[in-house]
Amino acid sequence: MSHLLEVRNLSKSFGGLQATKDVSFTLDEGEIVGLIGPNGAGKTTLVNLITGVLSPSAGSIVFRGRDVSRQRPWQAARSGLARTFQIVQPFPQMTVLENVAAGALFAGAASSRAQAEREAMEHLEFVGLADQALRPATALTLPSRKRLELAKSLAMKPKLLLLDEVNAGLNTAEIDKALALMRTIAARGITILLIEHLMKVVTSLSTRVLVLHHGELISQGAPQAVLEDPKVVEAYLGSKFAARLAAQAQETGVEHV
Amino acid sequence: MSTSAKLPARRGLRPAHFVFLAWALLLAAMPFLADNYFVRLATFVAMYSALALSWNFIGGYTGYPSFATAAFVGLGSYTGAVLQNAGAPMVAAWVCATLFTGLVAALIGAAILRMKGHYFAVGSITLIEVLHQVASLWSSVTGGGEGLNVPILAGGPDFAGRVFLYAMLATLLLVWAVTLWVDRSKLGFGLRCISQNEDAADMVGIQVNRYKTVAFTLSALFCGTVGAIYASWVSYISPSDAFSVLLTLKVPAMAMLGGLGTVYGPIVGAAAFVLMEETIWAHFLDYNQAILGVVIVLLILFLPGGFLKIDYRRLWRRPPPARPAAPAASALSAAVTGEKAEKGEKADKAAAAPLATFAREGRS
Repeated sequence: MSHLLEVRNLSKSFGGLQATKDVSFTLDEGEIVGLIGPNGAGKTTLVNLITGVLSPSAGSIVFRGRDVSRQRPWQAARSGLARTFQIVQPFPQMTVLENVAAGALFAGAASSRAQAEREAMEHLEFVGLADQALRPATALTLPSRKRLELAKSLAMKPKLLLLDEVNAGLNTAEIDKALALMRTIAARGITILLIEHLMKVVTSLSTRVLVLHHGELISQGAPQAVLEDPKVVEAYLGSKFAARLAAQAQETGVEHV
Repeated sequence: MSTSAKLPARRGLRPAHFVFLAWALLLAAMPFLADNYFVRLATFVAMYSALALSWNFIGGYTGYPSFATAAFVGLGSYTGAVLQNAGAPMVAAWVCATLFTGLVAALIGAAILRMKGHYFAVGSITLIEVLHQVASLWSSVTGGGEGLNVPILAGGPDFAGRVFLYAMLATLLLVWAVTLWVDRSKLGFGLRCISQNEDAADMVGIQVNRYKTVAFTLSALFCGTVGAIYASWVSYISPSDAFSVLLTLKVPAMAMLGGLGTVYGPIVGAAAFVLMEETIWAHFLDYNQAILGVVIVLLILFLPGGFLKIDYRRLWRRPPPARPAAPAASALSAAVTGEKAEKGEKADKAAAAPLATFAREGRS
C-alpha cells in the first residue's frame, strides 16, 4: 500500500554543517509516531523540510502520492500538512478567534470569513479556549498559546499534523490534558508526528518512534524496543554508560533486538 | 451547533460611513459655498485623502513601510501628460495612466517586496530617484529638466476648478470603496496576518508574495490616477515637482496621524494634516519642512495608533474617586505604550502594531 508520507534519503546541509543525513522513513495513515533525539539532532530541521520552510539538499519527500520536496510552506499548508511551532507563532494583535480563523480560511475548507470564524469557534471549544476567543493572542498564558497553536493547526484540516514540542514548558497536569487532546485528534483519523523531549508523552502515545542523532536516523521501531537500543542509549547517555548497561543486560539475560 | 451565538459582533462602521459621505458632500459643495481658494483646498483634501488611503493598503494593512508614493504619483502624472500631449482625451489619459502605473507597480513589487523592514523602505525610496532620473534624462519624451506642459482645460478657471475637484473626489470615492471591500475580504484578512507575522502567515496557507504584490499594486494604482489628474490640473510638470520626496513622507504621516490599517484613519489624517498645514505652518515658509518633521516625531512618540485609536469615551469619563490619575493622561499613556490589556476586544483592528514597529525600527 502507499504511505501517507514517504521520506527518501533526505539530506540538508547548512554550509559545512549537515543537519539531516540520508534520512528515510514512512508514515502511514492514522499512526502516531514519535520523533526523538538529543538537542541539536535535527528534529526541527526535519519538520522544516517536510513543511517546505527549507528545501532539501538531496532526497525527496512524497506526501499522499505527490512529490512535495520543493513546495512552499503555503502549498504545504493547503495540501494537508499542518504544524505547530516549538516557539509559538501567533498573530499577536489579532484575537484568539481570528488566529484560528486564519487557519480555517487560508488552508482549511472555510469559504468565507464568517464560516471560518464559526469553524474556529468549534476548534477553540475542542482545545478548551472558547472563553478566551475574543482576547488578543498575546494575552494568553504559555499553555494556552500552545493550545491556540493546536487549534490553528486543526483548523487547517490537516491529514498530517507535525507537533513540534507542544508540551515543552507545561506542568504535569497540563501535559495530561494535552495527552488526552492528542489522543482525541488521532481518533479523528489525523496522523501525528510528535517531536518530543518528554519520554512519558512519547511512550504513552506513539505506536512507533524514530530517533535522530547528529542528523541521522539511528533507530526506529516500537517505543520500548527503541529505548533499549544500545545506539539510542549511547546517543543520549554516552558510550560508557551504554556499554555498562549492555553488560548489565547480559548478566540478567535480557534479550535485545 | 450552539457556538454561533458566541461569535463576536463586528463593530459597525455605519455611523462613520454617514459622516464620511457628509464630508464628501461638503467638499463637493465647496464651489457653491466659497471662493476658488476653498475649492482648491477641497481638491487638495480629496487628493491627499486618496493618496493616504492608497498608501494604507501596503503601509497600513500589510505593514510594509513603502516610500514609493511619489514614484507612482510622478509616473502617473508623466504618463497622463505624455498621452494628453499626444492627443489623447483627458479622461482617457487618466485611465491609461492608472493602468500603466498599476502594471509597473505589479512588476516592481514582485521584486522589491522580497525585502523587509528598512531594506524595503530604502528600496521603495530608490524607486523615486530612478524614475526622477529617467524623467530628467529622457528628454525626447519627458521634456527633460525643462518639464512638460499639459494642454489647459478650456472653459475658464472656475469650470476647471470644479472639474478637477470632482475628479479628485471621484478618485477618493473609488479608493474608499476598494478599501471597504479589502477591509472585509479574505485579502484584507490575509494582509493583516502578513503584517503581524509573515512566516506564520505563510504557514497557514497565505500566498504571501502574491498578497503583498496585490497590496502594493493597489497602493500604486490610484496614485497613478491622482498623478494624472494633478498634471492636468496644474498643466505643467517637472521631474522635481512630480517625484517629490516630501510628498512621499507626507502621505504616510497622514495615514499614521489618522490610524493605520483602518478604513477612515487615513481620511481623517489627510484632512487634519492638509488643514493644519494650510492654517498653521504654511505661514512659516522657512520652517515648513522642519515643522513637518517635528509633527512626525511627536506622532510616533505620543500617538502611535493615530487619532482613531484614542479611546475618546475614556477622555470624557470622570476619573474614579479612588484613583487620582487623570483619565486623559492614562488614555494617552495607553496610546503611547500601545497597551491593549484593558481593551481586549478592540485589538481586532491591529492598526497600532505596524506603527509601533516603525517607531521601534526608526529609533533603533
